[in-house]
Amino acid sequence: MWMYALRRLILTIPILLGVTIICFALVQIAPGDPITSLVRPDTPPEQIAMLRAYYGLDQPVVVQYFMWLWRVLQGNFGTSIANNAPVAAEVMRAFANTIVIALISVVLAFIVSLILGTIAALRQGGIVDRLVTALAVFGISVPTFWLAVVLVIFFAVNLNWLPATGMGSGGSDTFNYFDWNDFKFAVMPIIALALPPLAIMTRTTRASISEILNQDFIQTLRAKGLSEFAIITHAIRNIMPSAVAMLGLQLGYLIGGSVLVETVFTWPGTGALLNKAILTRDIPLLQGTILVLAGAFVLINLVVDLAQSLVDPRIKRT
Amino acid sequence: MNEMRSPDLSQVEAQNEKPDAYVKVKDLQVRFVSREATVKAVNGVSFELKKGEVLCVIGESGSGKSVMMRSLMQLHPKKRTRITGEMKIGEHDIMTATDKQMSELRGSTVSMIFQEPMTALDPLYTIGDQIAETVMRHEKVDRDAGWKRALELLELVRVPSPERRLKAYPHELSGGLRQRAMIAVALSCRPSLLLADEPTTALDASVQIQVLVLLRKLQREMGMSMIFVTHDLGVAAQIADKVAVMYAGRIIEYGNARDVLMHPEHPYTRAMLSSTIKDQKKGAQLETIAGTPPDLRALPDGCSFAPRCRYAGPDCFETMPDEVTDGRGHMARCAKVNVVRGLLAFEPGIPAAPALA
Repeated sequence: MWMYALRRLILTIPILLGVTIICFALVQIAPGDPITSLVRPDTPPEQIAMLRAYYGLDQPVVVQYFMWLWRVLQGNFGTSIANNAPVAAEVMRAFANTIVIALISVVLAFIVSLILGTIAALRQGGIVDRLVTALAVFGISVPTFWLAVVLVIFFAVNLNWLPATGMGSGGSDTFNYFDWNDFKFAVMPIIALALPPLAIMTRTTRASISEILNQDFIQTLRAKGLSEFAIITHAIRNIMPSAVAMLGLQLGYLIGGSVLVETVFTWPGTGALLNKAILTRDIPLLQGTILVLAGAFVLINLVVDLAQSLVDPRIKRT
Repeated sequence: MNEMRSPDLSQVEAQNEKPDAYVKVKDLQVRFVSREATVKAVNGVSFELKKGEVLCVIGESGSGKSVMMRSLMQLHPKKRTRITGEMKIGEHDIMTATDKQMSELRGSTVSMIFQEPMTALDPLYTIGDQIAETVMRHEKVDRDAGWKRALELLELVRVPSPERRLKAYPHELSGGLRQRAMIAVALSCRPSLLLADEPTTALDASVQIQVLVLLRKLQREMGMSMIFVTHDLGVAAQIADKVAVMYAGRIIEYGNARDVLMHPEHPYTRAMLSSTIKDQKKGAQLETIAGTPPDLRALPDGCSFAPRCRYAGPDCFETMPDEVTDGRGHMARCAKVNVVRGLLAFEPGIPAAPALA
């Protein structure tokens, strides 16, 4: 098991290198010039050239890449062009905000989808099944930003149960997820984030459970005299490998794709940061954010692979 | 001829009533209903089986043998299945048993071995867990006791290095070992009736014999009754006390294994026996039965085999022939079979039935 984990870990190194190259290249091929967007239009060309040299932008691309990579490996993601603050600290703070609500959302979605999907599979064609299917279709088709706005109108404006936006008075530095006064700010973002993965995972759970229930070994279990509950336990255990894979995939989407939700709720996460970096052409910030997100994605996949080898004995662990 | 048969029939039926029958099935009918059509899978099957006896049910695919067996355990989905008739195992009435009673019977009083050892075991649970969970369910013991029993059972079914195999997953075992594990699961609570649904069909020829010999041995040692479904006549000859030949959901010939396999009377049984490989000369054509089994959604009125039967006369297409039983309990359901001097005999003028060597 440990050897398998180590091997998978080593295998992520080339992937991460590829990630850095793409991150770097993406920014290089993007239109727009960071210096001209930074300075006033009437800045003399000598001054622009000086700034270029200062940020290393006058070097050949390959050299720029290795200079950048070397700094990144030391944890130095550069300095934000927009506000002169170190990128690493800013990205990490935002990433922490994003990953926590993404994790809560996806775990919540996972558990609820297992329950709903299983019930729907057991009651195929029944009213519960139809309701669950309706919910799933709703969750898949509704745009999250619209849902987010509706949530705000309903729970914040009309009912006044939950705060509309932000992270509360203390901001992200003093935010405590175990204190309701802080956590209530996270409730609506979590719901808005959880709905699409909930819908997708409910659909896949329903499909996989009903597929498993048609397998021969279910009849064996019944012939052994096991209770229906025990049989369903076997079925749920059997969809775990695919469910865990789905979970990882959805978590990946959430940490990368929460731009809209974070913007609506002004949740200071990576999505909001990405948005800011793009609008201000803050290249170091953009690179740093994308790099952290991509790295997190690779790591999540690693964890999912390891988790899968734990839940599925058929995956070779050597 | 019909007038001659009627008195004989009632007499013989009276003789045939066995008071000590353990499994009693009478006029069992199984229908699968769907919006498009009703499939008449089993159409009035009756038989009795004593304690410790082995009944082999033979017939081609779709003859209703597996459906009949699964009905005995109520394994068919309730919604789409209509079952009528009588089924009794010991003192338990299968027709009236509740779901809860049924799940208590399954795996303890009556258990089942399936055809495909590859797919009949849960791939994500160890062999030990799968045996132990049955023991835990029926004997209300804890996990340790369950595993201890699982180890004994693997030894019983001759699995080499059983300690290691307990912790193995199904995909880590060969087909033969998996089927042995399946047998261990089935025997885990000492059932008095074992249903074996083609347990050797999916195995290699050499492994088939091993599993068959093992099953026969365990069946004798444990004094179990066994219903063994197969389409392999050689297998039937080896282990059966009684043989039932099924066609289109009916038993068309029944009797002691020797009688049915050595002196088959029903044209279908005869044709089936002569289509097996015996002492034919090299290069000789094997005999086959022309045509295909009838569509169970639209069964003909008369004898179901008539369209493929080379002896069929116009009567055969009109009405379903009655059962004809001789003094030895040998039964055939064929209009051309009569009881002559206490034994079944096919209508005169037709060459003697070929026997299974």
